[in-house]
Amino acid sequence: MKRPSDGRTVGRSKTRKIQLVDLAHARSGDKGDTANIGLIALKPEYYPLLVKHVTTARVARHFKGMITGKVERFELPNLYALNFLLHGALDGGGTISLKTDAQGKVFSTALLRLEIEVET
Amino acid sequence: MTSPAATVRVAGGQGFWGDWLEAPYRQVTGGPVDYLMMDYLAEVTMSILQKQKSRDPARGYATDFITQMERILPTTVKRGIKVTANAGGVNPRACAMAVADVARRLGLGGKLTIGVVTGDDLLGRLDGLLARGHALKNLDTGRPVRDVRDRILSANAYLGAAPVVEALQRGAQVVITGRVTDTGLTLGPLMHAFGWAPDAWDRIAAGTVAGHIIECGAQCSGGNCLKDWQRIPDMANIGYPIVEARPDGTFDLIKHAGTGGRIDVASVTEQLVYEMGDPGEYITPDGVADFTTIQLEQVGTDRVRVSGVRGKPATDKLKVSIAYFYGYKAVGTLVYVWPDALEKAQAADRILRQRLKDLGLQFEAIHTEFVGANATHGPLALQHVDVAALPEVQLRIGVRARDEKPVDRFTREIAPLILNGPPSVTGFAGGRPKPEEIVAYWPALIDRQTVKPAVELIQA
Repeated sequence: MKRPSDGRTVGRSKTRKIQLVDLAHARSGDKGDTANIGLIALKPEYYPLLVKHVTTARVARHFKGMITGKVERFELPNLYALNFLLHGALDGGGTISLKTDAQGKVFSTALLRLEIEVET
Repeated sequence: MTSPAATVRVAGGQGFWGDWLEAPYRQVTGGPVDYLMMDYLAEVTMSILQKQKSRDPARGYATDFITQMERILPTTVKRGIKVTANAGGVNPRACAMAVADVARRLGLGGKLTIGVVTGDDLLGRLDGLLARGHALKNLDTGRPVRDVRDRILSANAYLGAAPVVEALQRGAQVVITGRVTDTGLTLGPLMHAFGWAPDAWDRIAAGTVAGHIIECGAQCSGGNCLKDWQRIPDMANIGYPIVEARPDGTFDLIKHAGTGGRIDVASVTEQLVYEMGDPGEYITPDGVADFTTIQLEQVGTDRVRVSGVRGKPATDKLKVSIAYFYGYKAVGTLVYVWPDALEKAQAADRILRQRLKDLGLQFEAIHTEFVGANATHGPLALQHVDVAALPEVQLRIGVRARDEKPVDRFTREIAPLILNGPPSVTGFAGGRPKPEEIVAYWPALIDRQTVKPAVELIQA
């Protein structure tokens, strides 16, 4: 978790980059041409960081070129989880899709590649 | 009148048609359970079964289920374990007859009552429904189903728990259904055992959540679980999940003692979010569950308590799953090896595409992936990778078209690249790929009152 080399000063507050794989686990699946990703905080205290930093806009930017539709986000504070819907993610989905991951099973770890910048 | 049970155990035995063949037997012999539920139907499975039935009216159900029943029936009958399964596909009655035959062969004649749930199959009623103004619009695209009417292969409404409950109440020990929801196969036994009313919305939602958690088999008990995956014990011996439910709608997720895997808040949460849409509105024929109300608590080793589930009334629609013929596809692969593995694979892709173009072949889509590089994570994958050092890369190229001809021609363009394309290429032992028919899925809604579930009993 501690990555001092990533630290840098922005204005007066210090921030550092953290990759989501260090904050969350995830599972993904499909509904037609939409992939869903459930992003679950590894510890309850990480959940507010996910809510603040892993926004629909940030996720849409992360998956630019990989999805054709919009990104939706739902909050599940009871499970310390966020649910994302990535529309147009599966080349038509189901049997139509030519993708290896036609059912969106590993969009989960693709999201965990995302780096967020948090204040220390 | 007997009083409702104190706790009821529903075991998950199959998460899909093709799941671990050992799981159902292990579930009914590994410790006490009251019910075994088995889910067999994915969205396109119905069309495959409909095709089989059109060739042979005695087929159209999940044949593996019969083999399973042959193995577990002596145990389930002896121990009073009841089975719910949507293995009936598009021919639940024939499936039940086959199970009855097996029962008689096992010496269980006269000792087994099988419930058969039908009424979900709308294929024969389709034109009547269309004529009466049911457009069956595609939920994703909004198009009316008449656009593909002449290519429809199957059409089934999703039934809920109600007919499963009826079959159990009338004494069925095995309930075989067509397109009953995965969750209904778990909720039905709980409604029956506890006497839950169909409008006890919080109970209905709780039973639905229980069903959702175990409907994918071991995917809630350590299978495909990302958190601390290296430390999940004894996966070779993984325990499939069991719901231990109480009349108030709370339940524990457990597995048999001595099995592998792991049931904890993380493994259960991963399954809860699997294939989730709007968590506040998990819609089933039985009611609407609010997943934002679910509370999880680790109350013991491999024991997670689920409580607090709130529900809302069922809607006046049922989902309909329609399968229709779409076209053809084929996927070809070749493996390129160091040095410059990715560069060689990319060159082969360009050459192949040029040849397809020069041949004048028309495709709806051509899709290239480089397995080992960016097949699943796309441009995110190679950001911090020394691409030139990759030891090997599989070129995987797929095409899709409405006609078979261009797809077939494509399949003959892969092998020549071994001798007339970039070097260091191997991995063609599987031979020429075959064009594959695409049966696509068309989700729609229909007014609930147009669908009439029916239950009949068959004695072995």
